[in-house]
Amino acid sequence: MSAPTAIEAATLRSDRFRLAREGDWRRLETIVGCMESGRLRKLSDDDVLALPALYRTAASSLAVARETSLDAGTIAWLEALVRRAWFQVYGPRQGFARWFGGFVGGGLSKAVRAIWLDVVIAFAVMAAGVLTGWLLVAQDPEWYFSLVPSQLTETRVPGASREVLLKSLGTEDSAGGLTGFAAFLFQNNAGVSILAFALGFAFGIPTLLLLLKEMASLGAMLWLFSSQGLGLEFAAWISVHGTTELLAILLAGAAGLHVGRAMAFPGERAILTATAEAGRRAATVMAGVVLMLVLAALLEAFARQLVGGTADRLLIGGTMLAIWLAYFFAFRRDPEGRVS
Amino acid sequence: MSSTVMAYDAKRRREVVTPEGVPLTFVVATRGARFGAFLLDYLFLMVGTIAVTLGLAALAGGFSAMEQVEKTGAGEFLMVAFTLFWFLAWNGYFMAFELGPRGATPGKRIAGIRVAARGEMRLTAEAVIARNLLRDIELFLPLILLMVAPTGEAGSAGWAGVLWFLVFMLFPFFNRDALRAGDVVAGTWVVEAPKVRLPDTLSTEGGARGASGVTGATYRFGAAELAVYGEHELQTLERVLRDDRAEALAAVHEAICRKIGWNPGAGDERAFLEAYYAQLRARLEGGMRFGKRKADKFSA
Repeated sequence: MSAPTAIEAATLRSDRFRLAREGDWRRLETIVGCMESGRLRKLSDDDVLALPALYRTAASSLAVARETSLDAGTIAWLEALVRRAWFQVYGPRQGFARWFGGFVGGGLSKAVRAIWLDVVIAFAVMAAGVLTGWLLVAQDPEWYFSLVPSQLTETRVPGASREVLLKSLGTEDSAGGLTGFAAFLFQNNAGVSILAFALGFAFGIPTLLLLLKEMASLGAMLWLFSSQGLGLEFAAWISVHGTTELLAILLAGAAGLHVGRAMAFPGERAILTATAEAGRRAATVMAGVVLMLVLAALLEAFARQLVGGTADRLLIGGTMLAIWLAYFFAFRRDPEGRVS
Repeated sequence: MSSTVMAYDAKRRREVVTPEGVPLTFVVATRGARFGAFLLDYLFLMVGTIAVTLGLAALAGGFSAMEQVEKTGAGEFLMVAFTLFWFLAWNGYFMAFELGPRGATPGKRIAGIRVAARGEMRLTAEAVIARNLLRDIELFLPLILLMVAPTGEAGSAGWAGVLWFLVFMLFPFFNRDALRAGDVVAGTWVVEAPKVRLPDTLSTEGGARGASGVTGATYRFGAAELAVYGEHELQTLERVLRDDRAEALAAVHEAICRKIGWNPGAGDERAFLEAYYAQLRARLEGGMRFGKRKADKFSA
């Protein structure tokens, strides 16, 4: 049927209103449908240019229809259409590549600097954890078995001889079997980090407990090795990947704490707003944490098991630490000043 | 379709004013729809990851061969691919789909819902990452603890843990927007995004335009006969006409005739109702233009 006759035929003014604009609405629906299913190539330049105007037309049609029409079916459809168009017009502008570019090129370090207070707190808690582990085991070596997870102990137990302990810090002859090990380590550590972040939702307290526990086992192992005069060797052994990994866990804990703190002390803002702002900032940090853990696992599996010298190991670990600190705190590029 | 829902979801409707100044209505998704979408997504994930696992195992020459294969270079590569694939699949599935233009995983799409930023903000990558990182403590930890606690292995600490994590798991039941912990942290919510088709105009059809196609009769109603009903009844009538079920048409036809004191005939219900609908709507919309609204049959 041709539009003018149909419009004349409609007995209701509100239906005439609808029929006169239906063509534009349908066009908007087609454009939005194409965008939703990712078939952007099917859209002509005209369509793309027309989208904002069509969206505004539909939005004002909706406002008019709400006041003049009692056709519930049409209003519901128009409402859904305007909503869908709104999601496209005001949707995320950047694809993954753009986001990742901004993330690596300044977004991550900016987010880390934004949660500096939480980083300091998490660091203090981790240091306290190492100290606690050390002191507990120094008093009673039995603590060692409850602090250090059993799959890590193997030959590294109190009472083991110096030679056995030194051997456990040794290298592998070839790289065989190490990639698999790296993948496993990454998955494990990423799990712990995500947990540390997620637990921040409970006002951050479980996050701190988790950090304390993880670090206590480090302190216990540190005591074990230094009791046999291998403190420096152990520190070198762990620093190869540890500077990256511990930093990642530190950041994950700080991210969790940041969310927890925002919930406990939202200040002037509404608690939901405060939490959401903190959550988004912390999520950026968490994406960085996962990347750092990939790197840490590779370092742990290859560099640590293949590089044997204490000095070499310390050099690798120290360099990594320096690179990270420089990246987070000295690299102050703002990705296009975009609002995150 | 959603017109039928409209009446019942008043509690779940939230208005957001767009930058154009048009109030846009969002309908918060029901917890049932979200749970259904969630189950579907996990089903897809399970089937997908297990299929890939079987594929990798077949490449390695069956599970029994895995033991020896693991020590060779190719076998190791498969193991790495496998470990990373699981991590990526279970953590990336939700993020990748929710970052897409539809803002919904396949399960959510089937359930007709999507993720959106609360208020008039944009949905950003950070928000999607944040809301999905919290899945662990909301679901997996409580489930593990729920399974461990009854065995008594962890003692009363286990039960304390269960209680603690149930708070997270049941979080959506304690706020009116059905936010889960991840939504709170990310500043998102899950809203309905139903597939709606534009229904035909009712006033251009059949009895609304004049004579009935069946009997040739033209139904005209007087002011008093139209004054008995309001907008609520009009929309009920609209629903009945759009559904077009004979017994419903007959029942409504009879009810209206009784109310306005006509003698209900039979056979021409649809034309009668179309005419009544069009004239009632014309009257009510006319009133609307002068700022007079009649919500239902009880209002003046």
